[in-house]
Parts: sequence; structure tokens; C-alpha cells
Amino acid sequence: MLQRLEHLLGIEDLTREQISFILDQAAPFQEFQKHPLKKLATLRGKTVALAFFENSTRTRISFATAAARLGADTMNLQAESSSLKKGESLLDTIRTLEAMRPDGIVIRHSSSGAPQLIADRLGMPVVNAGDGTHEHPTQALLDALTIRDRKGKLDGLNLTILGDILHSRVARSNIFLLSKFGVNITLCGPTMWVPRGLESLAPNVRRVSRIEDALKTADAIIVLRVQTERLHEPAIATEEYILGYQLTPARLKLARPGALVLHPGPMIRGLEIDAAVADGPQSCVLDQVTNGLAIRMALLYHLVGGAAVEAPPAKEKPKDSTKD
Amino acid sequence: MRVVEKRQLLSADEIGRTLQRLAHEIVEKSGGTDDLALIGVRRRGVPLSERLAKTIQNFSGVQIPVGTIDITLYRDDLSTVGPQPVVHSNEISFSVDNRDLVIVDDVLYTGRTIRAAMNGLFDLGRPKRIRLCVLIDRGHRELPVEASFIGSKVQTSDTEIVEVHLKEIDGDERVVLVDRVAE
Repeated sequence: MLQRLEHLLGIEDLTREQISFILDQAAPFQEFQKHPLKKLATLRGKTVALAFFENSTRTRISFATAAARLGADTMNLQAESSSLKKGESLLDTIRTLEAMRPDGIVIRHSSSGAPQLIADRLGMPVVNAGDGTHEHPTQALLDALTIRDRKGKLDGLNLTILGDILHSRVARSNIFLLSKFGVNITLCGPTMWVPRGLESLAPNVRRVSRIEDALKTADAIIVLRVQTERLHEPAIATEEYILGYQLTPARLKLARPGALVLHPGPMIRGLEIDAAVADGPQSCVLDQVTNGLAIRMALLYHLVGGAAVEAPPAKEKPKDSTKD
Repeated sequence: MRVVEKRQLLSADEIGRTLQRLAHEIVEKSGGTDDLALIGVRRRGVPLSERLAKTIQNFSGVQIPVGTIDITLYRDDLSTVGPQPVVHSNEISFSVDNRDLVIVDDVLYTGRTIRAAMNGLFDLGRPKRIRLCVLIDRGHRELPVEASFIGSKVQTSDTEIVEVHLKEIDGDERVVLVDRVAE
């Protein structure tokens, strides 16, 4: 029996079995995206609050679409228009949302740990849609699903993550998740973004400074966005980054044949990734988007839809007694 | 509560003969196999639909398409069933548009499963016709749903359960009537 999942706050504390369960549960929702009629009534009458205290386009749209396709309604709170701008505290804003009686809350916040803070105080499921430099669990889940679908497994694969690992919650969640599945992880980027000690985040993680060495034997490569707002501290020139770390077609050839290229988006062509790679046959970026919907539908179904995430019983009871 | 077996409703041989008859009835009442397709409802409707298709192929030479539908997302009791049921994939590799569909399930009881299955099918397209084939009709309907093809009608009480065992899923093959009795 699986440990019941009440919230999704991060990957670090999940077991391999819980993660596998979520990935497996995404499969029917992947198939659902191909239906001509993409509307279920499964969460009819439920409301999901989308509290995005930090700007987000793709993650917010993905959660909103996932909720809509399950039949749930959404309440939207966005950074630009929120009362936060007027000086309200996070907890006051959240309590106001809670008073409108949503059935679950999806939160993105620039402070690490904000979702945990809220989960400790609210009696409803909380889904972390990215908190500070801590975790972005749904991104890691959709990345794992994308890799597992294409490669047929995760165990024993070699993964390289390129870019600003230190400030990336995407990288952290991915490292936590994939290392639980025996993936060998190589981190590569400018030293100030891949400082010594980062390899101790999880087992099977190593740091490599030259991109050529990092790409050798890679089965999958996650290219992180260069957060241009961080380029000035401590200074690295854009040209220098491109020269040293851009994923180009020539560099991709160093990886294993058929190595996958993933990017959490938004992608800056010509900076961290060459356009030919971004649009090439090894690129999975659009699969990632579709898989994100499936993962988020599966999570909302299990967290908001009812009670628990549990393993299927070894043998189902005759269904005329359970199903009807 | 304890579950006791009251009597056997069908033996393995009887299940086999019933499916033979149902396969012939389906083809006869459909006026052939054109556009015909079977949809097995998870779980025990799935092996039943596969066996029916095999039988039809044996006597008509036509391989009719078979799909699988999972009704979990279409249930009307999700908030009351306790642990959230695990969702499975539908496996319907053909277009249901303009198809003559026969939903196949083991037991027809309240009719809610079949309502859910029809909802699921409508999300995939617009079938020409949908009919229902069940191994056992045990009564106690809560919705206006009736089967076109029925293996066996059984009178039951509310507390009784019809257990269908199929060798593909359960290892053994029989249909039994069991009852819940207080300890």
C-alpha cells in the first residue's frame, strides 16, 4: 500500500513508488488529450485556486487547462493584479482565498517553502507550482514521464543538466526525482552556477566543467533557461556563455545517438540552445508541454478529486459490488 | 459482515455455451458484421468481449474490432467511494463514429456503470448505435438502462453479490451468488 499523498510540495520527500504511481496515472490522461471532446465531469463542482504570486504563463495555463478538462472551476490570482502589490501578507491573501472555499490550491511563490507554510495552515490539498529556488515538482514529473516514454525506462540512463543549476528549482526537482530511479546525473555550467557541493544533493550526481565531457554518453539532456536577470551577478558575458555552454548540433553529436533534448521553457533560441537543436528530431519540448497537462490532470484528480493516492489492490473485488 | 457462497449460477461450461449463443445473437440481430464493434468495460467485460469477438470470427470469418473502456473518470460516486480509484487507459484504436457498438460487461445491476461507459464513448465520437451485452442481469436498476443481449437473468436481493470469475483475471471460471451476512 502506498503512503497517501495529501499535497505535492516537492519531490525530495516522495518515495519511488509514489512517483511511479503518479507517472503511471498520467498515461490515461495522455490518451485523453487526443479525444475530440476534451471535457470530463469528474471534478464537476470543485474549485481549484491558482495562486501565482510569481509570473508564470505556461505553468499557469497548464494547470488551468488541466482543471478545466477535469470539469473543475478555477479561481485566478496573479502577481500583477494581486493585493500583494498593495502590501498584503501571503497568509492574509491565502486566508482570503480559503474563505471562498476552494477544494485545492496551486501555488507559485518566489519564496522557497511558501507552499509548505500554506499546507501547514490550510485544510486542503496544496500543489507546489514552483517555489523560489527550492522545487518545481510537476516539471520534474513531466520531464521524467517524457524521458520514460521515449526511452522505455529510467533506470541506468545518463542525464546531463546544462546551465544555472544553483538557482534552478527545475534542476533540483529533477535531480531528486531521477536519482531515486538510478539515473546517473551530470551537472554542467559555469562554476558559479554549478558550485562544489551541489553533487551532494542526491546520489549518482557529479559535476563536470567542460560541456564536451558532460555530453559524452548522455541519453538525455535538460537545457535550463539562462535567467538573463542573473547574468550580471557574478558577471558572465552572454557571448561567453554561448561559447562555453550553448547546446549546438555539433555538441549534441557527442551524446549517445538519439539522446533526448528537454527544456522547461521559455526557451531562448541562440542563447542556451541552438535553434536547429530546439527544432530537431531529438527535441522533446512539445511533448513536455502535452505531458505536463497529463501529469497535472492526474495530480488534480487524485488530490482534489477525492481521498487518497493508493496502490491498486492486488485483486479487485467483483465489480458489481464496488463499481455500481 | 461475512460473505457466504449461496449457490453457483453458471459453471465454466455454461459460461462458454452462453457466450456462444450471445455471439450468434449479436451477429443475427445486427444483420451481419458491418460496422460492428465490441467495447469491453474494465475489468471483466474485457475478456468477455475478446471471447465474443473470437467466437464471431470462428463462425463468420470476420474479425470485428474490440476496444476497452475504463469508466473511472465518468463515475458519479467519486466523492463517496473512499480511496480515489486508479484510472486506466481506454484502448479503442478505431474511430467510434458511425459504428454499431455493443458494450460488453459481466453484470448489469444499477445501470450506472453503463451510463458512465456511454458518456465515455460519446467523448470519443458519435456512434451510430450503442447496445449492451451482459453475462448476468441481476435486476435492481437505478437508471433506465436495459441490455439487448443477456446471458442469464437472475433474481437477487439487495445484500447479495453476483461474483463472476473468469480464468483470464481470476484463474477459475464460474459465476456464483454470494450473500453478506452478519457475524
